[in-house]
Amino acid sequence: MTIDINPDLYAQVPDEHGRFGIYGGKFVAETLMSALAELESLYNDLKDDPVFLREFDLDLAHYVGRPSPLYEAERWSDMIGGGRIYLKREDLNHTGAHKVNNTIGQALLAKYMGKKRVIAETGAGQHGVASATVAARLGLECHVFMGEEDVRRQALNVYRMKLLGAEVIPVTSGSKTLKDAMNEALRDWVTNVDNTFYIIGTVAGPHPYPMLVRDFQSVIGREARAQSLAMTGKLPDALVACVGGGSNAIGLFHPFLSDNEVAMYGVEAGGKGVETGEHAAPLSAGIPGVLHGNRTYLMQDENGQIMHTHSVSAGLDYPGVGPEHAWLKDIGRVNYVDATDTEALAAFHRVTRVEGIMPALETAHALAYAEKLAAEMTPDQHIIVNLSGRGDKDILTVAEIDGIDLGTR
Amino acid sequence: MSRLGPLFDTLRAENRRAVIPYLVAGDPDEALTVPLMHSLVEAGADIIEVGVPFSDPMSEGPTIQKGHERALEGGTSLLSTLALVKQFRETNIETPLVLMGYANPLERKGYAAVADACAEAGIDGLITVDLPPEEVAAMNAELQRQNIDNIFLISPTTSDDRVATITAQASGFIYYVALKGVTGAGHLDTDAVEAHLATIRQHTSLPVAVGFGIKDADTAATVAGCADAVVVGSALVDLVANDLSSGGSHTSAISGAHSLISSIRNGVNLATSN
Repeated sequence: MTIDINPDLYAQVPDEHGRFGIYGGKFVAETLMSALAELESLYNDLKDDPVFLREFDLDLAHYVGRPSPLYEAERWSDMIGGGRIYLKREDLNHTGAHKVNNTIGQALLAKYMGKKRVIAETGAGQHGVASATVAARLGLECHVFMGEEDVRRQALNVYRMKLLGAEVIPVTSGSKTLKDAMNEALRDWVTNVDNTFYIIGTVAGPHPYPMLVRDFQSVIGREARAQSLAMTGKLPDALVACVGGGSNAIGLFHPFLSDNEVAMYGVEAGGKGVETGEHAAPLSAGIPGVLHGNRTYLMQDENGQIMHTHSVSAGLDYPGVGPEHAWLKDIGRVNYVDATDTEALAAFHRVTRVEGIMPALETAHALAYAEKLAAEMTPDQHIIVNLSGRGDKDILTVAEIDGIDLGTR
Repeated sequence: MSRLGPLFDTLRAENRRAVIPYLVAGDPDEALTVPLMHSLVEAGADIIEVGVPFSDPMSEGPTIQKGHERALEGGTSLLSTLALVKQFRETNIETPLVLMGYANPLERKGYAAVADACAEAGIDGLITVDLPPEEVAAMNAELQRQNIDNIFLISPTTSDDRVATITAQASGFIYYVALKGVTGAGHLDTDAVEAHLATIRQHTSLPVAVGFGIKDADTAATVAGCADAVVVGSALVDLVANDLSSGGSHTSAISGAHSLISSIRNGVNLATSN
């Protein structure tokens, strides 16, 4: 596929209204509009401020452990026998996933705003843990909203958050997963808007969140671009990342968007197969609408009700997706594809056994697609896959699926 | 043509305040909705706010969330809500009706089609919680084409400048959200409400309705001291749900709702009688 898109386009979004084409915006209740305006104005002042950026970079270096390595998965690539696969090791970050890049950034914003209380929504619990971590470090009160279903399947992360001093609030409304956790976080924010900073975990929500989360996560792609040039002497032929809300994907993709020769693949959760309707792949099978403060592709019925989603991975189990992804799909810059539960689980086992790296189930979706893609490529070509998180949190889920009783329940 | 303007003109001339009950269409089944609406009018409701059920009602507290869930279980949608409105209009063409809901069902059907369907059903105004002024222009243009009022929300966090911008685009009435929080929350500060309403009135002569946190005749009476209309939502939804879940019939739930709105009507009348 040849991409022929004006490379200057990407710096122009979002526009002053927070729009990426027709997507994005600020679709929230009036009570939150002043808080969003305050955040937007603060962020616009800080985003190019050398003092703020230095503080962010130092935290990433000394607290998170950046830069994360780019690692050539030699044995796995040899087995596939096509293109070479490089893994961007976000699993090696403090707290074990890319999520912390963003929570470090937003916690700094909370500090600059003088907010003493932070809230977060979480699906797999990685963002909740990353939020609880930065809250502990800054001495902030932290409340994490998590669907009751996710509390069950991510018990380890729930306990981690509690150890870090956060209160985890199980959400029992709706489908009891990530979307309902986000509803509940928005309800909390509207009630406690004066003293509370809402740390949104992905590139969704109302403007300016999709923009600022993208900016904080773009460190992934900036590093990967330099590392690829240093290690291989060229840019990668393709990038692959999983997409739930899409923060790890946008973080990897964004610094490469103007490089038309780099192909990009966002891998959604195909669940039991997109054709079955039991999946979480709004870009593959959804239609545009409005949810959680932005216009984007959504899984919805003919009456505009948001549909229940299914994925083996809690972190991808979301009916929407960040608005910038919706726009990148429409302009044809990024290919959005899917991997099923079964494919993701197979990739989880394969990469664990062949590379000694246990990926999160979310990440395993990207690995499953990368394997197919690499098989169609030649050894002089290479792919960077965002290894967005480590899989320790998913061990119980995998054991349960494999019918193994660890004696923990 | 919206009935809201003429209604408020009449009420003002008579120094009366409007009582606006809120219900969720189809909660818990569609058979209850129209008889309940007629009963509310009989009990003294001047306007009825009809909630359109949505899967993710982000500004609702637990009480109204459950109402949305019950209505969705029964299959109520935007279109079937409008069918209920049409049914109500068969025997009542005077009482203004305002739809309250969320953006996505409107997006899904298309703004123009929604405005046409609302006009055909006899809707007078629309409140869309997640279409703030920055996002409502396209919807509002369609509503204006059909002479339906877009009701703008103003909250305790709305700055003075925003109040000016919002009131400049508003018609029908202004809906003042009395507290920072979700529907049914319990910390209404009536002094603060009075102060905010004074600010709003510096910018507009439109009537101002107050909602969120009004539970009974007392709070309604206090708020009616400074507002043109009081909205009663969670208290009514709760009462109907409790009656039905403890074995009550449609008849007993309707009669309970009638008593609540009558008592609020009396409270509001007393507040303005001296």
